[in-house]
Amino acid sequence: MRRLRGKLAPYLLSLPSWVYLLMFFLIPLGSMLGMALATGDPLDGYTMSDNFQEFVDAFTNYQDSFYRSFWFGTASTVVTLLLAYPVAYWIAFHAGRYKSSFLFLIMLPFFVSFVIRVEAWQFILADQGFIFGPLKSIGLLPQNFHVLSTQWAVIGGLVYNSFAYYVLPLYVVLEKIDRRLVRAANDLYATPATAFIKIILPLSAPGVFAGFLLVFVTNVGDFVNADILGGPGTYMIGNVIQDAFFVNQDYPMAAALSSMLMLMLMLAILLYSKAFGTDAIQEYAA
Amino acid sequence: MSEDELPGNAREQAFLRGLTQPRLTRQNFLRGAAGVALAALAPQISRAETVTDWNAWWAAQKPTTDFVFANWPYYIDVQGSGSDHPSIDAFTKQTGIKVKYMEVIQNNAPFYAQIAPVLKSGQPTGYDMIVMTNHWELTELILQKWLVPLWKEKVPNFAKYASPSVVNPAYDPGNKYTMAWQSGFTGIAYNPKLTKREITSFEDLWDPAFAGHVGMFNDNTELGSAALLKLGIDPATSTVEDWHKAAATLRDQKNKGLVRQYYDQSYINALQNGDIWITQAWSGDIYQANSKGYKDLKFVVPKEGIMMWHDNMAIPVGAKNPLSALAWMNYYYTPEAAGIIEDYINYICPVPAAKDYILNVIKDPTVANSPLVFPSDADLKKAHDFYAFKSYAEFQKWNSIFNPIIQA
Repeated sequence: MRRLRGKLAPYLLSLPSWVYLLMFFLIPLGSMLGMALATGDPLDGYTMSDNFQEFVDAFTNYQDSFYRSFWFGTASTVVTLLLAYPVAYWIAFHAGRYKSSFLFLIMLPFFVSFVIRVEAWQFILADQGFIFGPLKSIGLLPQNFHVLSTQWAVIGGLVYNSFAYYVLPLYVVLEKIDRRLVRAANDLYATPATAFIKIILPLSAPGVFAGFLLVFVTNVGDFVNADILGGPGTYMIGNVIQDAFFVNQDYPMAAALSSMLMLMLMLAILLYSKAFGTDAIQEYAA
Repeated sequence: MSEDELPGNAREQAFLRGLTQPRLTRQNFLRGAAGVALAALAPQISRAETVTDWNAWWAAQKPTTDFVFANWPYYIDVQGSGSDHPSIDAFTKQTGIKVKYMEVIQNNAPFYAQIAPVLKSGQPTGYDMIVMTNHWELTELILQKWLVPLWKEKVPNFAKYASPSVVNPAYDPGNKYTMAWQSGFTGIAYNPKLTKREITSFEDLWDPAFAGHVGMFNDNTELGSAALLKLGIDPATSTVEDWHKAAATLRDQKNKGLVRQYYDQSYINALQNGDIWITQAWSGDIYQANSKGYKDLKFVVPKEGIMMWHDNMAIPVGAKNPLSALAWMNYYYTPEAAGIIEDYINYICPVPAAKDYILNVIKDPTVANSPLVFPSDADLKKAHDFYAFKSYAEFQKWNSIFNPIIQA
């Protein structure tokens, strides 16, 4: 009996999480898939069916937005990584006893609402704003120059908003790296660059991996940046889903698009972990 | 991930608008209450018993002393700290009806998404009166039979004082279910310093000289209607063929790089910042921008005509105090009440007689003489109504024609 209880204990202990997953993940997921296949309209109600046409339409009508979302997501994540890595590295290795102060500074913008921060960029980057206005009036920039309403503004907004989410996981792994390994490399006549490439970079791989997922998945589904900073031709799939759901009340389409986005993200994550391998990362970490 | 984020962002957005916009987020699209709206997806629960004889229903109603009024933020007169509304106090004094005034409507679509599941399950919404724009959601409420037909004899002031522009509208023939709260124009606004010339026509939104600095609305009803007017077609009587033509001219405008962005309420910031030089615009916003210090900005009634929208008072089924709602409507359609409210909110007053009240009693000639608040008959003659959708299929057709322009 005791042995049985011992075997069951981990499952019993994890029961709340299973219930949570079921209630807030599996059931909504199921009803979303059901809705995607349903036929009808909001006035007469919906009936369950196997209307796979909705998925075909969703893809043919909105494939540009899908591609664009993945392009924005990838570009913004890579740029965020390139910006966040040096910062995390510097804090972990050179900030000394001010580490927590610097981390706090990085988190500071998060005390202000997300949307307000994005809107602030709208003012900073305004055509006649306090940056571009003077530059235009002294003729350094052509009158027609603008950053807002371009895809670069959207990608920039995504980078800005995900920066801290990348710094933190990178900082955590960099901080844990055994400094004696770096010193040993130096003793063995490795240049600082070699030491970085052979020791620090591989050991920080788990942070790069975790941060990439965190930022990429969030950014692909984002719609706020495209809405506020974008222009014609920056519509992301998140915006399309918003419209389908709220404006057009086309619930089957919204559900189909959401399911497809989720599937694609899952696939991307799967391929990503296959390519860069959780095993490889474990190895590095060991 | 994006679904998870939605409610929080929507709330923040609503909060933000509260800080920056007068009558906030009219058509803005980050919409609240996704969680509640999800309930709309649930399989249909049996519908409540529908009332067949509304005359008998009205006859059975007893007067009450309560009234729950759901409205948009910043859409009524305010005194002092913000919770004091002189027009409501005067109403309570006159009738003895206590008003619970709730600023709960951020936008048509999310508000509809909140009340639809409740109405569908036959429950009362808790509101005795709501205010909805003459967009699809209002049509939907009417088609679903979720609005109580008004008892006209209880609202004699409507016949007496209502502006012809709000009587017998296409979206609600005979004012069977609704009476206007406010109207507004969707025309063109521009900054003469940047356009360097006067704007008179919808054609100007297609002027290559303004390439990259033209603002259009991302509300596809507004967007499509502007293109229809440009082509000389009355949106209210337009056909599917016209819609295709309008979409073609909009696509042309976009492909030539004229459009800076398809905006929600944020167009007003872009106009003030100089990002856009000329844009589709709501009259009330420009009035408020002018009085906030952006004196250059101009609003024009284009020569082809102008779109006029109406926000309407209506009683949802299940209302506990319907007679109070009628009493309020009757009270609102007096020059005094409409004047007090109009002097504060500055859209288009449905009670023309309020002009004299504002001029002579409140003594605020700026508002009384503003052609944006009390438009001239000539301007009103140019006003067009939106196309009133007759079914969901029509609404979907319109969307399928105009959405690709914004979304591609």
